[in-house]
Amino acid sequence: MARITLDGIAHSYLPNPKTEADFALRRMDHVWQDGGAYALLGPSGCGKTTLLNIISGLITPTHGRILFGPDDVTYLLTEQRNIAQVFQFPVIYDTMTVFDNLAFPLRNRRVPEAEIKPRVDELIQMLDLGGKAYRKARALTADEKQKISLGRGLVRHDVNAILLDEPLTVIDPHLKWELRSQLKHLHKRFGFTMIYVTHDQTEALTIADRVVVMYEGEVVQMGTPAELFERPQHTFVGYFIGSPGMNVLPCHVEGDRARLSQDFTVPLGRNYGKLTGMTELGIRPEFVRVGATGDLPVTIRAVENIGRHKIVRGHVAGRPINAILGDGDEVPAEPRASFDPARINIYSDARLVTPEAA
Amino acid sequence: MEKTWNNKAWFMVLPVLLLVAFSAVIPLMTVVNYSVQDTFGNNQFFWAGTEWYKQILASERFHEALWRNLLFSFIVLAIEIPLGIVIALAMPRKGWTVSLCLVLMALPLLIPWNVVGTIWQVFGRVDIGLLGHTMEALGFDYNYTQDPLDAWITVVLIDVWHWTSLVALLCYAGLVAIPEAYYQAAQIDGASRWAVFRYIQLPKMNRVLLIAVLLRFMDSFMIYTEPFVVTGGGPGNSTTFLSIDLVKMAIGQFDLGPAAAMSIIYFLIILLFSWIFYTVMTNAGQDRK
Repeated sequence: MARITLDGIAHSYLPNPKTEADFALRRMDHVWQDGGAYALLGPSGCGKTTLLNIISGLITPTHGRILFGPDDVTYLLTEQRNIAQVFQFPVIYDTMTVFDNLAFPLRNRRVPEAEIKPRVDELIQMLDLGGKAYRKARALTADEKQKISLGRGLVRHDVNAILLDEPLTVIDPHLKWELRSQLKHLHKRFGFTMIYVTHDQTEALTIADRVVVMYEGEVVQMGTPAELFERPQHTFVGYFIGSPGMNVLPCHVEGDRARLSQDFTVPLGRNYGKLTGMTELGIRPEFVRVGATGDLPVTIRAVENIGRHKIVRGHVAGRPINAILGDGDEVPAEPRASFDPARINIYSDARLVTPEAA
Repeated sequence: MEKTWNNKAWFMVLPVLLLVAFSAVIPLMTVVNYSVQDTFGNNQFFWAGTEWYKQILASERFHEALWRNLLFSFIVLAIEIPLGIVIALAMPRKGWTVSLCLVLMALPLLIPWNVVGTIWQVFGRVDIGLLGHTMEALGFDYNYTQDPLDAWITVVLIDVWHWTSLVALLCYAGLVAIPEAYYQAAQIDGASRWAVFRYIQLPKMNRVLLIAVLLRFMDSFMIYTEPFVVTGGGPGNSTTFLSIDLVKMAIGQFDLGPAAAMSIIYFLIILLFSWIFYTVMTNAGQDRK
């Protein structure tokens, strides 16, 4: 077990990267705590897998160092780093039995056979694969195969971290939930550092203590699910997390008011001074109130009933906006919207601005 | 909607039935027809029953040719399959060298059998051939027209030269289809190079290897052109394989009955061996019951 430190890591797949844009992964400095459960969340092509492969050693970064605990492992080979990785598609050794599959990493490391047997047997119980130990692994279902991929990491008690690269992609929805809770349970029990790559926000928010959101090769926010919801550090985080995502409206900020258009301004409750650059106002649909009173007139486009609440899709000052309406509430004839000032976030060039002290 | 129940759909398979009938069944039946009759010309046929079959199965000449064939196929498979795998493993996976390798490997496959035979016939000649002359200059007594062992070595060499690349190309196709994640997982599991081959590459090549073994077995068991061109079945009868013997019997001696019976037996042997290979290779690595 070890803390993982990324010290100025950057990576480019080009031989001679020159501009920022040549880098698949922009320079980053982060510390991943020992025993933490991290989710790497982001859209396809944002650099999640690149970052994961740098940690596992399948890729050597163009710049920077990576440390496990106090040791620099940047140039160590994968097998010397003592990590485990689970891939998108289950990787099993077809011709081996379940038992042999799980024993394989130990046998390669010349662990005595007498020691392997109890360890693998215990693991088979924990993975709920009892009774299948001596079946050929290729006869199993996709979720069982994926458990074996994971098991080959867990069987080595000394792994520094377990990295999972969208491991539930090929699993049936009803088994996804089960496997996820099993993974969480195993994480608690073994206390390994877990890094879980996904593009599914629900998966990320349920499995991880801390979610790392990536966008265009950068980590734009690293925080608890609550932090990501309440204070997205980047407009992308606001938009990517939540369903529907945060409303982002271009505006001009003047002191403690945001001007959305010629006619409409919104009180912010805090003073931001004078902001330059591209300024935007972010407000989650949960905190937009649509009713008979309010600062802003809304034109309603659609109301979607999604069970416990309704999503109102409309326009404010010519910009599309979503709001969430409680179950009993109705949209009035002349609807108006108001934003909860405490929940408004102001962004300058897509990054969160801290208000001036009052 | 009301469903219509009739048997008109059978007319759909009529074209394929006709095609198979004319391309396979009818020619085969004429052979069957010859094999159970005796003829003395003038289109006169007399019923012979299983007589020709008994004669062929009991004949020394047939046994010898059959053993030669089995030995030849065994040697050829034992060389070409491992060699093909090794070449496939050594072939590059990316870059311009891939196309170069593929073209070079495909070249021998594009050469017609009798041309291959002629090339080697000249190549191996002691007086003017590069191989034969070099061997003699080096002090080896190499002469495929006189020494049975030299004749065998030459025929085996021809086959290996001509067909190993087929095995290699098939294996290569199997190898490049293995997802990168398998190699990465093996690396993480600390697998040795041998373990990667034994537990990932070989099992994943299983299917293509089956095809390679079947093709090479059937082809080598039916070998005709190369020994016909190079050695003519000699010296003596040392490279007279079943096919060569069959042609001698049918066209040389015009023994249509025995030749037809031999064709059928020959065909059944190939079928039997192919079935054995198929069953063994598809069942290998299944659950032990």
